[in-house]
Amino acid sequence: MTFLWAFLVGGTICLIGQFLLDVVKLTPAHTMSSLVVAGAVLDGLGLYDPLIEFAGAGATVPITSFGNALVHGALAEAEKHGLVGIITGIFEVTSAGVSAAIVFGFFAALVFRPKG
Amino acid sequence: MRQGHQSWVFPSRPVIVGAAAIGGPFEAKGPLADDFDTLHGDLMMGQDSWEKAERVLLEEACDKAVEKAMLRKDDIHFLLAGDLTNQLITANFSARTLGIPYLGLFGACSTAMESLALGSLLVDSQSADYVLAATASHNGSAEKQYRYPTEYGSQKPPTAQWTVTGAGAAVIARQGKGPHVVAATIGRVVDMGLSDPFNMGAAMAPAALDTLEAHFRDLGLPHDHYDLVVTGDLGKVGHSILSELLPKHNLQIPLDRYQDCGRMIYGDNPVVWSGGSGCGCVATVTYGHLLNQMKAGKWRRILVVATGALLSPISYQQGESIPCIAHAVAIESEPNEEG
Repeated sequence: MTFLWAFLVGGTICLIGQFLLDVVKLTPAHTMSSLVVAGAVLDGLGLYDPLIEFAGAGATVPITSFGNALVHGALAEAEKHGLVGIITGIFEVTSAGVSAAIVFGFFAALVFRPKG
Repeated sequence: MRQGHQSWVFPSRPVIVGAAAIGGPFEAKGPLADDFDTLHGDLMMGQDSWEKAERVLLEEACDKAVEKAMLRKDDIHFLLAGDLTNQLITANFSARTLGIPYLGLFGACSTAMESLALGSLLVDSQSADYVLAATASHNGSAEKQYRYPTEYGSQKPPTAQWTVTGAGAAVIARQGKGPHVVAATIGRVVDMGLSDPFNMGAAMAPAALDTLEAHFRDLGLPHDHYDLVVTGDLGKVGHSILSELLPKHNLQIPLDRYQDCGRMIYGDNPVVWSGGSGCGCVATVTYGHLLNQMKAGKWRRILVVATGALLSPISYQQGESIPCIAHAVAIESEPNEEG
């Protein structure tokens, strides 16, 4: 049952992304940003954590969870350090993801010669 | 000589004395592979960039066409060439190599017939004995310039088209052996307000219709005059739109005699979505496949309507619609000359 919900929820988020690309005719960059913002807003409203509880990886793997993580970090740090915490907190929780992108990007560039 | 509002007839009947088509690895897998003079197995053509590879295609097509015309490059009076890259670097840099007096043309994918029409006009008006008309496109350089970086691997909708990696060239002469260029119609820019660069067939179909209407009106020809009417790169989507528009506008071109180069070059391969596109599409299909078929006696009179989408990445990003154009050139073979 866990797998089924993960599949359905994750799939629905991807379906919304495909819908934004094909029907609303957003560019891939706009689609991705929209989903990140949607995840941030949902977390701001306190709705994303229950979704993760319910669907697990179905909610944490899609890009929306990055928006969720940004807001999470900002809120957690804001409680400790006030307004400045919002700025530092954004990177607190998401730093693993951002660093991974840089590190893996570096290794990929060593092996391949991306040329377009 | 002008006839009607926007057409030329060429009473001296300039001759295509040599023509060549060069293709890339993907074209080599298509149904028209046998009609290419040279096919490259490497998308880079041994170069270190796609722009340089595109230049190789254009230069090879020019060399081959001149060779097949049994001429030397010094014999050619003018080179009329174009491509899709910004500032026409493919044509400009190739002209540097070829050393032939040169005029660069841009009509997007319609440049193939724009150059053939103008070249025939130069020859017909005795302004030149030999003119070389050539165009090229490259899938990699077009993707990168008009769409997204290729390594980004962006998704495309089924209405999108696949830019042909290829080049075509033709030598036009006052006399000689080969098919004749008998007339041409210069198109108007038509913009029906479509702005989706992933559906250019739909945007260009009305331009093709406008030029076809003008051609038959100006020349006073019956609508079944041609054995084959072929559009440049409308693809499956644009081909079916134009097939519907033709009868609605009282153009009774028999639909079994209407084809599209973008559909022909890759057959039914679903990988190319709606079909082929680019300057190289209509040029390679016309100068390779169609001229071969005329030689074999399959067609005697054909009308090639090359369509072009005159957008730029900047105009698209600023949300503008896509102006389109189409130029038509009528090519005939003598009944007793070919075969």
